[in-house]
Amino acid sequence: MLLFLLKRIGAGLVLLVAATAGTFFLAHLAISDPTAALLGSTATPEQQAALALKLGLDRPVLVQFLDWAGHAVRGDLGLSWRSFQPVSEQILQRVPVTLSIVTFALLLAALFGTLFGVLAGLNPGGVFDRVIQAVTVVLFALPGFWLSLVLVLWFAVRLQWFPAIGYVSPADSMTGWLRSITRPSVSLALGAIVMVAEQLRNQVMTVSRLDYIRTLKSRGLPKSRIRMHVLRNAAPTAITVLAVMFTGLLSGAVVVEAIFSMPGLGQLTQSSAQMGDIPMLLGITAATVFFLVLVYILLDIVLGWVNPKVRIR
Amino acid sequence: MTSAAPLPVYRRPKPVWRRLVARPVGLAALLVLATLALVAVLAPYLSPKDPNFLDLMNAGAPPDAEHLLGSDSAGRDILSRLIWGSRTTLSGVVITVVTALLAGVPTGMAAGYFGGRTDAFLSWISDVMQAVPAMIILLVVAAGSRSHFVVLMAAVGIIMAPGYFRVARAAARSVSREDYITAAQVAGLGHGVILRRHVAPGILAAVTIQTALAAGIAMGIQAGLQFLGIGQSNVPSWGAMMADGFRFMLTNPWLLFWPSLALGVAIAALALLGSTLADVMRSRSPRPADAAEAVADGATAPATPAPEMDAGAETALRVDNLRVRYRNGGTVTEVVHGISFSVRPGEVLGIVGESGSGKSQTVYSLLDLLPANGASTADGIYLRGKPIHALPEKERARLLGSAFGYVPQEPMSNLDPSYRIGHQLCEPLMVVHGLGRGEARARVRDVLAKVGIRDIDRVMRSYPHEISGGMAQRVLIAGAILGQPSVLLADEPTTALDVTVQAEVLQLLRDLRAETGMALVLITHNFGVVADLCDRVIVMRGGHVIERGPVAEIFAHARHPYTRALIEASADIDTSRRELDRMARRTESEAVQG
Repeated sequence: MLLFLLKRIGAGLVLLVAATAGTFFLAHLAISDPTAALLGSTATPEQQAALALKLGLDRPVLVQFLDWAGHAVRGDLGLSWRSFQPVSEQILQRVPVTLSIVTFALLLAALFGTLFGVLAGLNPGGVFDRVIQAVTVVLFALPGFWLSLVLVLWFAVRLQWFPAIGYVSPADSMTGWLRSITRPSVSLALGAIVMVAEQLRNQVMTVSRLDYIRTLKSRGLPKSRIRMHVLRNAAPTAITVLAVMFTGLLSGAVVVEAIFSMPGLGQLTQSSAQMGDIPMLLGITAATVFFLVLVYILLDIVLGWVNPKVRIR
Repeated sequence: MTSAAPLPVYRRPKPVWRRLVARPVGLAALLVLATLALVAVLAPYLSPKDPNFLDLMNAGAPPDAEHLLGSDSAGRDILSRLIWGSRTTLSGVVITVVTALLAGVPTGMAAGYFGGRTDAFLSWISDVMQAVPAMIILLVVAAGSRSHFVVLMAAVGIIMAPGYFRVARAAARSVSREDYITAAQVAGLGHGVILRRHVAPGILAAVTIQTALAAGIAMGIQAGLQFLGIGQSNVPSWGAMMADGFRFMLTNPWLLFWPSLALGVAIAALALLGSTLADVMRSRSPRPADAAEAVADGATAPATPAPEMDAGAETALRVDNLRVRYRNGGTVTEVVHGISFSVRPGEVLGIVGESGSGKSQTVYSLLDLLPANGASTADGIYLRGKPIHALPEKERARLLGSAFGYVPQEPMSNLDPSYRIGHQLCEPLMVVHGLGRGEARARVRDVLAKVGIRDIDRVMRSYPHEISGGMAQRVLIAGAILGQPSVLLADEPTTALDVTVQAEVLQLLRDLRAETGMALVLITHNFGVVADLCDRVIVMRGGHVIERGPVAEIFAHARHPYTRALIEASADIDTSRRELDRMARRTESEAVQG
């Protein structure tokens, strides 16, 4: 088990290096002249050169990356090129917002997605199954952000239920916080619920048709017991689906934060990309991937606990 | 309802596109997409206005004769922008999908075909790509390329490549295990040729379905990017129109409505096309919706209970005119055409035939455990003279485990991988037979000892993957006889085992029969097994019984050429030797008993 964990952590570190290096070189390749983007069109070549010197852009790209990585290992993600504030500080400010939305959305997806998927999968062809199939097509056809729009329109503005936009910190007001994250989370979760439900439905149906389920039935076990066996064997899939969903939700959060004016990581990413603020983009990538690696290691531990076959290896 | 469906005649399946068009949903989806493509191609001729012509005087104007759908917040003609937007959407999707195909399919094929390190390496890259949040990468690319349309859409394609990789890998993996691929390798064909000529056609179906879905997802991502304001402002796009509509949705909801409608219809068409394609291309797999009808069909056949006397009190099981039907898509196929047989207590009846002859279906219908799209009818099924064919589903289910025991064919796939063996065996005793935990464990230990397992404690603590195939088959036999059934149905109980273990398992069945006096129905394709164990035999072919009689008689004077062929096929040196062994053992045991 320890060896297994060490291997996972090693793979996670490799992923972290690969992702940040990828972002770094992609950003340098794509944003060929960061000083122009930072200073605007009115800057003189002398001003640009001075800034380039100040940012260390005169050095070879590889040296720049190694320098960054050396500091990052010690938790120093450098200064933003835009504000000259520490990157880590700004990211930490934004994390609670994004994490609130994404976690809440994931909880909703886990709860309702699992419930609907299992109900549909246990009774294929039943009313529940058909409704879920229909809703899947409809929701798949409407991009997540479209739903956010409708939600904003109706619940926030017409019905005066929730504040239309913005984020309230739980430190200021707990109820205000809940009210402010409800709509972004729900609009983010709707697509996730359907995807979780669809995949779980298929998995439950697949397991139900397996040989050992028929053999268990042949020993006279009642339906309720058979269901337990089916669900137990569909559980690893459910956990994997939810963990993978986490990555998807982080991407979706970029759009949702823009719509609801939430000052989260997504918004920071978007504005940093537009301004060519490479240290900030790197910091966001590193923080996100680090977090995801943690999630996946946790996933592996849980799967090892749930699935006897994995436990052995 | 076509309950009296004639016997199926094999017909060459129609080409996929014709079956697709035959379905209303498929036809509708194709028409929508064709229209969209046509509009996109003909945009310069169809568009009534210049989509970028700003007419600030006309900003947000309602529809009129000049602007059929009105104008947007900058006075641009909405209809024209929708038409040109379809061009943007489609060309973007094409770039994305082609990129994803090129990046995902060849790599996926290679990973699935070669396996091993190639697979591990490529799969790792695919996993890494999926682990990085796509939006961050896209935003960086957008910023760097100054939102260059082609570059950005290609980047979306790269991000979507793992989806293709997964599908192509899975399909190539299963194709690679087919016999004809092995044959091609043995024949000395190069990997490149095999991949191109043999593997590629095999994964076509999966990749086609994936493409329909991927195109839909690509549209969504593209619109999302445009909605965020990424993209050149002079390129009309649905996502940008939605962003504009969003700002003015309270005063003029139509600005939001039209692009949303266009996008929604396009993605829905792709999603429906994908699911219909999947249905059509995999039409052999059962569709849940058909199950209810198939079962209803079964109910329409009259079930005439025969007089009790006919059933004969001395038979353990008697079956009259059993038929099994399957419904696939729109066609009903009868796989067992009215077979009858009976077996006495302590007797071993062999049901022999090749795969596809309906042997297993007969067993499942006796257990009432046919798959959801199957149904069976019989004039009569009698268990110790008691009619059970007309019993309600629930009472029929009560016979399982107590009256009927079932030994499956494949030992490893018939044990629940998530539970310890001890739990799997104790559960029915506690739940069905009402034993306490301690009693159940004691009984399981007894039965495991009876089936010849020595280290009982270890086996009970083990998960199925921790024991051998022969051991697993013994566990399954133990599971079947736990409730002391009067009829044991064994479906090819030795096929998956190696020869020495086969002999042990057959011996075990023989001993159990002698000890418990239960009737044994043994399904097999191997006359060697029949000679070893059975008293009487029926030979099945294509769902009919073609020959029946005592084993010795059949071996001596088989009338049907098919039976003779089966006997010859089984009569290798191995089985003859086992036959001799058996006779030796039988004389021995008779001597001991006498």
